[in-house]
Amino acid sequence: MNIIVIGLNHDTAPIDIREKAAFNGPKLEEAIDILKNSPGIKENIILSTCNRVEIYANVTDIASGSERVKKFIADFHRIPEEVLNKSLYVHSGKNAMTHVFRVASSLDSMVVGEPQILGQLKDAFDIALKMKSSGVMLNKLMKKAISVAKRVRTETKIGESAVSISFAAVELAKKIFEDLSTKAFILIGAGEMAELAAKHLINNGVKDVLVTNRTFERAENLAREFNGKAVEFDNFLQALVHTDIVICSTGAPNYILVKDHVHKIMKQRKNKPMFLIDISVPRNIDPEINDIDNVYLYDIDNLHGVVNTNIEERNKEAEKGEKIVDEEVETFLKWQASLNAVPAIVALRDKAEAIRKEELENTLRKLGNLGEKDVKAIEALTNSIVNKLIHFPTAALKSASEDTEVMVDIVSRIFDLNTGTKNKSEDPGDRGNDEKQ
Amino acid sequence: MLPIKTETLFFELALTLYFIATIIGVIGLFKGKKDTFKSILVLAIIGFILHTANIAVRYIEGGHIPITNLHEGASFFSWCIVVLFLLLEYRYKIRLLGSFIMPIVLVLMLSSSMFPRGISPSLNPVLKSYWFGIHTILAFLGDAAFAMAAGIGVMYLIQERYVKSKRLSGLFQKLPSLQSLDEINYRLISLGFPLLTLAIITGVIWANTAWGTYWRWDPKEVWSLITWLIYALVLHLRLTVGWRGKKAAGLSIIGFILVIFTFFGVNLLLKGLHAFV
Repeated sequence: MNIIVIGLNHDTAPIDIREKAAFNGPKLEEAIDILKNSPGIKENIILSTCNRVEIYANVTDIASGSERVKKFIADFHRIPEEVLNKSLYVHSGKNAMTHVFRVASSLDSMVVGEPQILGQLKDAFDIALKMKSSGVMLNKLMKKAISVAKRVRTETKIGESAVSISFAAVELAKKIFEDLSTKAFILIGAGEMAELAAKHLINNGVKDVLVTNRTFERAENLAREFNGKAVEFDNFLQALVHTDIVICSTGAPNYILVKDHVHKIMKQRKNKPMFLIDISVPRNIDPEINDIDNVYLYDIDNLHGVVNTNIEERNKEAEKGEKIVDEEVETFLKWQASLNAVPAIVALRDKAEAIRKEELENTLRKLGNLGEKDVKAIEALTNSIVNKLIHFPTAALKSASEDTEVMVDIVSRIFDLNTGTKNKSEDPGDRGNDEKQ
Repeated sequence: MLPIKTETLFFELALTLYFIATIIGVIGLFKGKKDTFKSILVLAIIGFILHTANIAVRYIEGGHIPITNLHEGASFFSWCIVVLFLLLEYRYKIRLLGSFIMPIVLVLMLSSSMFPRGISPSLNPVLKSYWFGIHTILAFLGDAAFAMAAGIGVMYLIQERYVKSKRLSGLFQKLPSLQSLDEINYRLISLGFPLLTLAIITGVIWANTAWGTYWRWDPKEVWSLITWLIYALVLHLRLTVGWRGKKAAGLSIIGFILVIFTFFGVNLLLKGLHAFV
């Protein structure tokens, strides 16, 4: 019963290695199947995302198990082992658990706190369940990891504020306007980031969408995509009177919107607030217009600034998350230790029961014809004696949390149980497989 | 005889609860833990019940509406604010509102506690008129709406500062959106203004029945008129040229300072016909 984690992530492996090492689509099931049938690997789960590839396994022996998994990854993807090994990390025991919990809680993510990883982990777990490649150990580990991740999310503010430019823009819009669905939005120009921000705004309720571009055709195409209206570039100033949110991203070398324009527009708007986002470099909106009342202008640097403070905030919150993970690892270790004792307890119980039955039969045979009532009384007597006697070693085994192995060893020797230290680690895994089938 | 009068006990208890609510509210501004607003609400509700009991007991003992001196006036003023606060919380559930409103309530209650508390057995004959109740209740409800508007105005200015300066930490996440603060501020002034207008009109009618003249340029009348003009201006400018946001918030705070001066300043600094209030 040894949990190991073998994998690589955005920190340890460059993108080309991550691409090669990924288990996509049908490859994933094939890989799980191969691992499932490998000797010494009792359980396995494969997590493969664009930022990380990790194999969680329950192996009979840590050293040989790790080597086998490493070799498997290299062979499967035809990556030379010496290249792969530079990127791989191997964790076992407590470190492996900590790692899995940190990954699930998004503490190990490139963008700390990003929520996708938990879903990806759940998917990986689902596939393992479906393919029956995971057993009692890994199942418990995954369930625990999911609950730890939820705890981290609710007890810290790790996922609270936006850490991408486009989300930061939406977050700001929501702090300026109460209800985005009643607001009109115009996209001036085009560009990946601007279009992404526009999509986020639309996803957050903005319905009234205008698009303008020096090339009208381009505006029309984008307008179709956003379910909006195209506006002639020459008329965009007039359109601003009725728009509340502006994203500007043109290739113009100069300001296309200056203080005078905005003064006039604001007068016509009766000072209804306006939120302008200038993603263009060089800037297209005169930064001075931020001084006008009820006008809020953010350029790309401002948004980067917002994102950076939010990331700092998240990193602070991540420290709290680490503490939660440490706590949960401790409770998991305790559970695992108690699991160590289970085979010994079962063996003890079986042995006691066997002795009881044997002696009972002997006695009953010797005594000859007894009434049904007497037989029952004797049976009850033997039962209660046995139960009371084995209660003490059982309780001791269950309660021992740190020195379980020692305790198991002692009890096994005293009662001459055949679940020695040698087999001990085999049992729970097998039992797990039984449970599952 | 009890060593402490029931109504005094109610008053002190309400004051204590408002005090605790204020402390929690202010701590809630700086500590980013869980929402403290529920505990503020619970304290405000219990405080409000005790406060109501205090006013009811005074009403029964005195036989007239207990707004006849500064102790009662300030107490009733804060009672009206708590009423509006609870209604607003029920309707809009504005995060952090308590942190900005409960301090106003507390300051009014503390000043109320410093004025003589006697229940006047013989009422000034002028006050023995049903206009008295209508006029004062309208005035205080209007003032309470202005107090709320000022509290919301402060919240607006803080949030506006964050958005303008682009430093989005601290309270930024917790405060509501600028638009909702601006709209609630506007609604409160639109509520307070007609109340104040009616208070002035009833006051004028009452003055005529009591003294035979409608308007005597008494300091309270003058300052009420100035306050009325300020709020008229706030509403007028918003509707015509769209003075909203920062300017509206700023004006609503200035308006409330005038309200406070009209209430305390005129009574304490300038003597006039309203001196009994």
